[in-house]
Amino acid sequence: MSYIRLINVTKKFGDVTAVDNLNIEIGKGECFSMLGPSGCGKTTTLRMVAGFEDLSDGEVWVGDRLLSSPKKRHYTPPEHRNFGMVFQAFAVWPHMNIYENVAFPLRLRNLPSAEIDKRTKDALTSTNLLKYADQSPADLSGGGKQRVALARALAINPDVMLLDEPLSSLDPHLREEMRFEIKDLQRKYGFSIIYVTHDQSEAMALSDRIMVMKLGVMQQIAAPLDIYNNPVNKFVFSFIGVSNFTDMEWRNGQAHIKGASNALPNGIIIPDKVKGEEIFNLASRPTEITFTSSTDPNGVQGVVLRKSFLGEIIDYLVQVGDQEIRVQTGRRDLGPAIGEVCYLNFMRPFWYRVDE
Amino acid sequence: MAKNTIKKDSGFGVAQLILMISIAILVIFVAWPVLLILFNAFFVEGKFNSIDFYNVLTEPETFQALKNSFVIACMTTVGSVIVGTFFAWLVTRTDLPYKTFMKSLFLVPFMLPSFIGALAWKMLLSPHSGYINKMWMDLFNTTEPLFNIYSYAGIALVEVMYLFPFVFIQVCGALERMDPTLEESARISGAGLLTITRKITIPLVMPSIMSGALLIMLYSMAHFGTVAVLGIEQGIYNIPTLIYEKIHQSAGSFASIRTGTVLATVLIASAALIIWTQQKILSKGHYQIIGGKSFRPMELKLRGLRYPLLFFCLAYIGFTIVLPTVVIFLVGGVQTYGLSILDPNNLSLDNYKYILFEYDVTRDAIWNSVTLGLAAAFITMFAGVMISYVIVKMKVRGKGILEFLGMLPFSVPGSVIALGVILAWSGAYGINIYNTVWIILVSYIARYMAFSLKANSAALEQVHDSLMEASRSCGASMWQSLKDIVIPLVKPGMISAFFLIFLPALRELTVSIMLYAPTTRTIGVAIYTLNEDGETVMSTALAGIALILIVLGQMLINHLTKKASE
Repeated sequence: MSYIRLINVTKKFGDVTAVDNLNIEIGKGECFSMLGPSGCGKTTTLRMVAGFEDLSDGEVWVGDRLLSSPKKRHYTPPEHRNFGMVFQAFAVWPHMNIYENVAFPLRLRNLPSAEIDKRTKDALTSTNLLKYADQSPADLSGGGKQRVALARALAINPDVMLLDEPLSSLDPHLREEMRFEIKDLQRKYGFSIIYVTHDQSEAMALSDRIMVMKLGVMQQIAAPLDIYNNPVNKFVFSFIGVSNFTDMEWRNGQAHIKGASNALPNGIIIPDKVKGEEIFNLASRPTEITFTSSTDPNGVQGVVLRKSFLGEIIDYLVQVGDQEIRVQTGRRDLGPAIGEVCYLNFMRPFWYRVDE
Repeated sequence: MAKNTIKKDSGFGVAQLILMISIAILVIFVAWPVLLILFNAFFVEGKFNSIDFYNVLTEPETFQALKNSFVIACMTTVGSVIVGTFFAWLVTRTDLPYKTFMKSLFLVPFMLPSFIGALAWKMLLSPHSGYINKMWMDLFNTTEPLFNIYSYAGIALVEVMYLFPFVFIQVCGALERMDPTLEESARISGAGLLTITRKITIPLVMPSIMSGALLIMLYSMAHFGTVAVLGIEQGIYNIPTLIYEKIHQSAGSFASIRTGTVLATVLIASAALIIWTQQKILSKGHYQIIGGKSFRPMELKLRGLRYPLLFFCLAYIGFTIVLPTVVIFLVGGVQTYGLSILDPNNLSLDNYKYILFEYDVTRDAIWNSVTLGLAAAFITMFAGVMISYVIVKMKVRGKGILEFLGMLPFSVPGSVIALGVILAWSGAYGINIYNTVWIILVSYIARYMAFSLKANSAALEQVHDSLMEASRSCGASMWQSLKDIVIPLVKPGMISAFFLIFLPALRELTVSIMLYAPTTRTIGVAIYTLNEDGETVMSTALAGIALILIVLGQMLINHLTKKASE
């Protein structure tokens, strides 16, 4: 089933390992996202797939075609890989009109001119650009330019589409719209997507599977919901969504939030892996904490430090012991006031060792 | 309340005063001389006479000079575009070894004044006594020289050697700033390197190539030194050399002045046309090709050609820079021209000592050039700051006139300025400073005003209005804000303007050659006239001293600009 395969792919720049022993398999027609902070190696990985960077070690396959393998001294240059690629800065050629931009890859393939015209117009139609065909790209907005780049990549009907942060130069509203357009085009044309982004919501919305990377090392590969529900470590937890990390300590055999006089209620189950630790972390999401009553046996007592009304939600900062915890609720009318004692209910706590 | 506003708008305040002074400076130093040239070219005995203008223009001598200027400029431009673009591509888009070092090497020709280069090439390749030609004739026992530098091709070759950096810098800049993904997306579309170069890279840097080419065209048409050194002997005159010949030999007769003004008018018109075209190209073709993410652009792997091409670059530098420089210093060291320069017994530092400390002509020349350069740099720098400030920052009625006048210095070539200054300051209008250093100073100010305006307005554009407004809102007066906020921020611009003027002024020839008197020779004039008088050795030794001064000056600039940017 796997179509694109990266086997032990490693990239070194001098002494620095930018990508460390990566193994990925991506299916045909799958949308695979690489997510991580800048410098995590995601763009370098994409550029190795595209052929713009050499591999230091490992192999890249698409179908039964070996594309890069330093060991076997094999390297297919980007122009022979038959991929579509869209860059962050659009990279639309300013000296050609929109039609010529899209027709360029087709002309290089020496197709009959009727076919070139048909496929160019198809790609322009799919991206709603047909009526601008004769205009200069300079006349278009950022979103329009990115559509030209997409149409140009589509025109050759590629098996693989490489998208390098294609939406991050656009304003937020447009970003959302283009996200759906990309998804629609994928359904229509059936290509596989490798998508690089640092925006987790973009990755969540688009992808079949997400890989989170940190400092060149793969952290987790999973479906969006999976990665949200079962982050394998603190880094993945913190990178997907807003997060609290609360320091915990053991006192008299009972778990306490650091500095708090009351122990954590017995109803909260703590896994064995942190039992031997002096200090460990309670990880939680602000939207998965609710206020509860003093009678709730699982309520954790705290004091409201700050309360800000953000429109759809209210954002609280609650002090428990010497730790501060963010809580977000959608309930405008209820909820404690600043300085008031309150009780927190952790709906889905995660537990991590400090070094995890 | 209403009264207050009216007063502010129409009163004659500090702003108007500054505007008036700025306009006056540009009118007196630039506009008036140029107007006098146009007036003299088109008016005979107070009457408009375009037929006479046409007649002068079609005199065989004048027409030939026009043609020569044009032919030499075209050859130089084509040559420089080829050389400049090729080397720029080599140091930015290939894996040539020691690229950064090679890039700085290719800027060295800027430092060598082309008339000094021409002098060296004259000694190397003059048809009968040139060292290379002599060696060639001895070696192959022939009377045919290898190459005759006294020719159109020779003149154009020498100009290319020292002017190609104009194209080189422009194209390097464009290639470096260009978004690499523009080329990468062509590559992933299936284009090979050759196709990308042809269809994407070259079209995208075309505006930069053209703009560099036009700069060279303008420079070469109005260029005096190389043609004077290599052409006059064979009767090859271009516009500036013919103007010089006319003014110099006929001692200011009406007919020669008229020929001069007609030629100068043609230069002004071509300059205006060239600048207009350049601006058109830059505004129309100025693509936004500067990218976001800075991945290294792809490099062509030269493979087996890496070292041969490196050797070729080094050989080029060696041939065009090192060889002429070495010849200058060696010939400057022999007792009499004609002795072998390869025999250490013939070489000594005596000539250098003589021209530095004993020989009046050269001693005066060095003193004149240094003082003139310093004075011109100071005055022009301050005038430039004031004028650019009005143009860039002030909102005052009548600024349009100043903006128009501010464009003038950019399109008036040196020989035109010299001629205009002669017309304006030789007593016809009450002041006669002809044959004094003052007339040279006046013409330097006019000639280098463009540099100062450019550097200062670039610096001022960096200073956002809000900085000044913030200072005013803190309670500082306009003068206080100028002193404490604006001046410190534009200081780097002022310093660079100063050196942009001082260094070229040190080696100036085109203007000073038309204006010098026996005691007011500059370094350039002294080198040129000594050479004309057959004092080849003295002339060459002075050229050597000039080169040392230029290199020291350049090092000082580099040091200061590095410090300023830290």
